[in-house]
Amino acid sequence: MNNSGIRHDSSGTRLQLIKAGLKRRYAKEKIFKTLGITAIVIALMMLTVLFITITKNGYGAFQQTFIRLKITFDASVIDPERTGDADVLSQADYGGLVKKTLRDMFPEVKKRREKRDLYSIVSSGAAFQLRKMVMDDPGLIGTTQTVWVPADDDIDMLIKGHIKAGEEGTGRIKANEAAWVNTLIENRAIEKRFNFAFFTGGDSREPELAGIWGAAVGSLYVMFVTLILSFPLGVATAVYLEEFAPKNIWTDIIEVNINNLAAVPSIVFGLLGLAVFLNFFGLPRSAPIVGGLVLTLMTLPTIIIASRVSLQSVPLSIREGALGVGASKMQSVMHHVLPLALPGMLTGTIIGMARALGETAPLLMIGMVAFIVDIPAGIFDKATVLPVQIYLWADSPERAFVEKTSAAIIVLLAFLLIMNAIAVVLRRKFEQRW
Amino acid sequence: MKKISGMAIALMLFAAATLILPVLMPAANAAGRNYISIVGSSSVYPFATVVAEKFGKTTKFKTPKVESTGSGGGLKLFCSGIGVQYPDIVNASRRIKKSEVKRCAENGVRELTEIKIGYDGIVIANSRKTDRMSVSRKDLFLALAKDVPSGIGESLIQNPYRTWKDVNPSLPDIKIEVLGPPPTSGTRDAFAELALEGGCRKFGWIKAMKKKDKKKYKAICQAVREDGAYIEAGENDVLIVRKLEANPDAFGVFGFSFLDQNADKIQGSIVDGVEPEFENIASGKYPVSRPLYFYVKKAHAGMIPGIKEYIKEFTSEKAWGPEGYLIDKGLIPMPDEEREKFRREGKNLKTFSM
Repeated sequence: MNNSGIRHDSSGTRLQLIKAGLKRRYAKEKIFKTLGITAIVIALMMLTVLFITITKNGYGAFQQTFIRLKITFDASVIDPERTGDADVLSQADYGGLVKKTLRDMFPEVKKRREKRDLYSIVSSGAAFQLRKMVMDDPGLIGTTQTVWVPADDDIDMLIKGHIKAGEEGTGRIKANEAAWVNTLIENRAIEKRFNFAFFTGGDSREPELAGIWGAAVGSLYVMFVTLILSFPLGVATAVYLEEFAPKNIWTDIIEVNINNLAAVPSIVFGLLGLAVFLNFFGLPRSAPIVGGLVLTLMTLPTIIIASRVSLQSVPLSIREGALGVGASKMQSVMHHVLPLALPGMLTGTIIGMARALGETAPLLMIGMVAFIVDIPAGIFDKATVLPVQIYLWADSPERAFVEKTSAAIIVLLAFLLIMNAIAVVLRRKFEQRW
Repeated sequence: MKKISGMAIALMLFAAATLILPVLMPAANAAGRNYISIVGSSSVYPFATVVAEKFGKTTKFKTPKVESTGSGGGLKLFCSGIGVQYPDIVNASRRIKKSEVKRCAENGVRELTEIKIGYDGIVIANSRKTDRMSVSRKDLFLALAKDVPSGIGESLIQNPYRTWKDVNPSLPDIKIEVLGPPPTSGTRDAFAELALEGGCRKFGWIKAMKKKDKKKYKAICQAVREDGAYIEAGENDVLIVRKLEANPDAFGVFGFSFLDQNADKIQGSIVDGVEPEFENIASGKYPVSRPLYFYVKKAHAGMIPGIKEYIKEFTSEKAWGPEGYLIDKGLIPMPDEEREKFRREGKNLKTFSM
């Protein structure tokens, strides 16, 4: 189709040639477009399937089955000598109160074995709930209160329809337990409520008490350490390499190494963290400070590369203009180039952070894959993170942890979405076009 | 614009300050740790975590931290030395080895207390959609060993069996397909030792070899075939249960607690005529069961608050007794006298010797 060819041809053959090729060119374009759309559709379909499966499996965990009990806070059980001492109140047999209430609700249960079955329909967390109520308000002693306590995880699964009350020996729920649950349903003494414990509690081996908050706080601490270390370090490195460093063999070596580091598997950073931060510096195991340091090493290359690209995209005229009106090199970078490049750097940082948020492998080596109940109190306290919590729950034998796992994934995804949304907003806000 | 760059500089200074922190940290760290640190076996993890949680909720002490590192990895960490940066307690799904005791002693960890907590049955199970299988340990050995006796004299051939029927005509005509844990797992060690070696010993000439050439005997009896009939499914037992549901012809090897929790979906095969049931494992009738332990560093008992109380909680009847909460989680209790013995030893922190 070049011009020199056309000039020598007569106009008839030229048109013919073009027309003959036209159909094929259109067809090619059409095929390419179709392929593109197919690719997008397949990707979207997979994403939808993923979201639907996780939501379907996980939304149940946002609700929890509760049982209504009429508890009599018997003073002779809680505080027989009427001391009102906090130690006495905290040591009292609250489990006994729950058991007595259950016996009163089902007076026909007499045999020892049957009683055991009956007690098992209420979560062991009920006693702790009562203790907390009394500790908060000792005035409750001697009164009778209607309390909603969490049901055992097996009963929860039964109510949610995940397991059936099976034949003898095949199910987790025995026939007598199923009968009691039916009585409770008839009396409206059992219902599903919003599961606050899931969002406010730490980990637990009882699925009905297990919460995500401990891991979420751990993740926040780790991300905090990672951010305040990796962002300034990464930006400073990028600015120096891009604006000040001479181009020689040493900077070339450094550049190649940074690019290589970005591709190193994350577990390697975990091993490094174990050797350097734990064994050499003697930092505590399982602490967010170490997790943050390890993830800093992992995200630094990403941030440096993104920041350099962002600096490169600032037009030369800005730098020259600044230098032209008498600014020093330092002033031109700090006052003009860096602010213009910052939105791109922030985007790179947040993407790096999002990746760090989802990491488990490097944390395995430094002891953050652990069962931790208490909500971490600081960056030196023991902690775990969201993806590790998901992994630990996925590995637990109790059936109720299946939906907890999916619910935790939903929480993690929400975290990621928020971070990405921040990245988009920041970019929109500060973006400059030339 | 000036504002942003000022912020950037401030952030950089902050980062520099934080970078110096690690250097100052050892001093802060030496101040102590006010919670118990536990590492070790993933098979003991479900039980140790329950005790740790109850302990944290019912006493004035902080909840211990429990890491699941595997028995070997846990013992390595545990034996690294005395001091707050090392774990206080290690869980193990097997007894501590001589080499590990030696390693411990080299690092100053001389006095340990051993506490046996109970038993864990290892089951071979399949989906409830198909028939339950009844095998002997000899069948298991022939189906899963790398090399099996050829039947001609005292020689071995590479495992030729494709279906369970090939192994024993009374078994069903389905392909041998067993999902189980990888060699790094304590469950796999125990399965090889108790089930495969147990079956292997039924061959007189191999049994006789034990005295002459123990290494070779072990190699024959505990090597698992690598031609695809035994599939290493990772340490995740939940995954194995799901795969069994999807594939009714496959069998899986895992701990009893997973069978217990998923009894509506899977069934345990009968081994040597004994069903893998709670009572049978507790009484020792079921042949494939192993003891679980934890080890305590005596030197740490005075250093870290709550160690003695943790042992007391673990060894109390309400935890490991026949009706305790650990039993609800799938632990198989020890007989009364044995429980009493280990409770006493735990209380007095009796020093363990090989």
